[in-house]
Amino acid sequence: MNAGPRLEMPTTSLIVSRPTLFWERFREQVPIGLLAVASALIVAMLGIILGNIVWNGAGQITVDFLTTAPRAGMTEGGIFPAIFGTVALVILMTIAAVPIGVATAVYLREFVPGSNLAYAWARARAARSWRARLREGMHVLEILFAQATRAAVNNLAGVPSIVFGLFGLGFFVQFVGGSIDRLLYGGELTYGQPAIIWAALTLALLTLPVVIVATDEALRAVPRELREASLALGATRWQTIWRVVLPEALPGILTGTILAVSRGAGEVAPVLFTGAAYFLPYLPSRLNDQFMELGYHVFILSTQSPDVEKTKPLLYGTVLVLLALTFALNVVAVLIRARVRRRFRVRT
Amino acid sequence: MRPKVELLRENASRSEVTEARLAEPQALSVKVQVERFSFYYGDTRVLHDITLGFPRNQVTALIGPSGCGKTTLLRAINRMNDLIPDTRAEGHILLDGENIYDPQVDVVRLRRRVGMVFQRSNPFPKTIFENIAYGLRVNGLVRDRRELEERVEESLRQAALWDEVKDRLHESALTLSGGQQQRLCIARALAVRPEVLLLDEPASALDPIATEKIEELIAELKRHYTIIIVTHNMQQAARVSDYTAFLWMGRLVEFNQTEKLFTVPREKLTEDYLTGRFG
Repeated sequence: MNAGPRLEMPTTSLIVSRPTLFWERFREQVPIGLLAVASALIVAMLGIILGNIVWNGAGQITVDFLTTAPRAGMTEGGIFPAIFGTVALVILMTIAAVPIGVATAVYLREFVPGSNLAYAWARARAARSWRARLREGMHVLEILFAQATRAAVNNLAGVPSIVFGLFGLGFFVQFVGGSIDRLLYGGELTYGQPAIIWAALTLALLTLPVVIVATDEALRAVPRELREASLALGATRWQTIWRVVLPEALPGILTGTILAVSRGAGEVAPVLFTGAAYFLPYLPSRLNDQFMELGYHVFILSTQSPDVEKTKPLLYGTVLVLLALTFALNVVAVLIRARVRRRFRVRT
Repeated sequence: MRPKVELLRENASRSEVTEARLAEPQALSVKVQVERFSFYYGDTRVLHDITLGFPRNQVTALIGPSGCGKTTLLRAINRMNDLIPDTRAEGHILLDGENIYDPQVDVVRLRRRVGMVFQRSNPFPKTIFENIAYGLRVNGLVRDRRELEERVEESLRQAALWDEVKDRLHESALTLSGGQQQRLCIARALAVRPEVLLLDEPASALDPIATEKIEELIAELKRHYTIIIVTHNMQQAARVSDYTAFLWMGRLVEFNQTEKLFTVPREKLTEDYLTGRFG
């Protein structure tokens, strides 16, 4: 022990008076409480919505309701055509949106690295041989194209769904469909009218940005080390993407895609003008048939019914089925994610 | 653009010079010749005009403080730096006399001949067997299943891992310990039978026992491969390497036989670094 001079340090007591203690705790607790209230509000809202729907709708869910068509001016009967139409619509939409979305995301993330435009431009300017200039110039174009694509994706995500609906009517139904009719059917109205294929494509446009963003996230989560390991073994970029990156990102892509699809499945505005029917006596069997859709059916039942009071139970039942469908998709997504987490929980 | 012939002549004279410089005591042939090589990240120059010959079937260590460019130099040898956007190389690196930065070079072929093991072990989330088989499959190096199995076993034996994993080849590689994973990565690199093996601090995340195993393995492997190892650990460089290059701030300060570099460094800077005065 060193016998140096002892320093007299002023000390604060740890014991404080009760009012001080109370005040300090209060100051700490109040903001936390407010945060908790905000969270509770969300839960309460969801609880009220779900509770109301389940309470009023559960009694409606019978085999008859799920398997028959509406009767008596939609005041009786079931909603089978709408369920069928929605499922068919979602499947078609997925077929259209997922390949394009995944392809775009793979291109943007894997093939156009985050190069700096100004730097690439400077290099193109500085290139001495025409061959080098061509190569650097292509690189500049590539970066510009990628930036344009990213901007398009971001802006597409911000477009209101009703605008998609109108666009679908103008572009798919009238322009694309009309052109097909003129060219292939001698002007006879075949594809130039609202149809399930146009509704699915319109909806696909709406989900596309979400699929792209989800895929991009999943690809970004693949560790760089895995790509490098593959490339260092003499694999090509394609082999690396195909055999290492995509399998690794697949659960993430699936989860994100399913969530995007379930979000799209509940949209009414895009299908309003492009293919959804008020009532159809038959199920859609061809791509240019119209179809009934759950979301649209809800809209019809609540606004267009001759007897609103009589259709109310049907309305509740329909909403419950719609919610159950989207909820089921979300559950699948959560299950996939949980599986992935389990797979990664191994000793390292 | 200078005419090609002139460039070639220049290279030839230069490599003679470098070869002569390291041709002591016995003449060694150079496997990888770095010629006035510079490297840029954007506008930042991280390697300055490096000229250095890596001798065939020897272990060469690259040492130097963090950020001195040793990993960049290593990754330049299999053009792994190409993956980083906005980078640029100047000068040449010759593998058996061929410039790997020639525009006509197929990077995929290059990487098959120059294997790499990374700082953090990075097995694929596949089985042990599939990890080794990957390089063989993507390069189409085996004709049938039997040959594949033979090559997998051979590689695992070379990496001294066979006895530990032979009964669990079809379990996930992620169930192996850290040291085993790193040896698996070495085995995976060996499976495609490269000529040069680049090791980027292969033991930095391992405990002393696993490190010792890796070092023994390196000594064993140099009979068949030209090995270049980046290491932070100077004792390790002294233990495993035949030649050592000391880099400092992107420049090659000294290159010599390890024994000489560590005992009688020519440069004051090398001596200061080795004695721990900086770094």
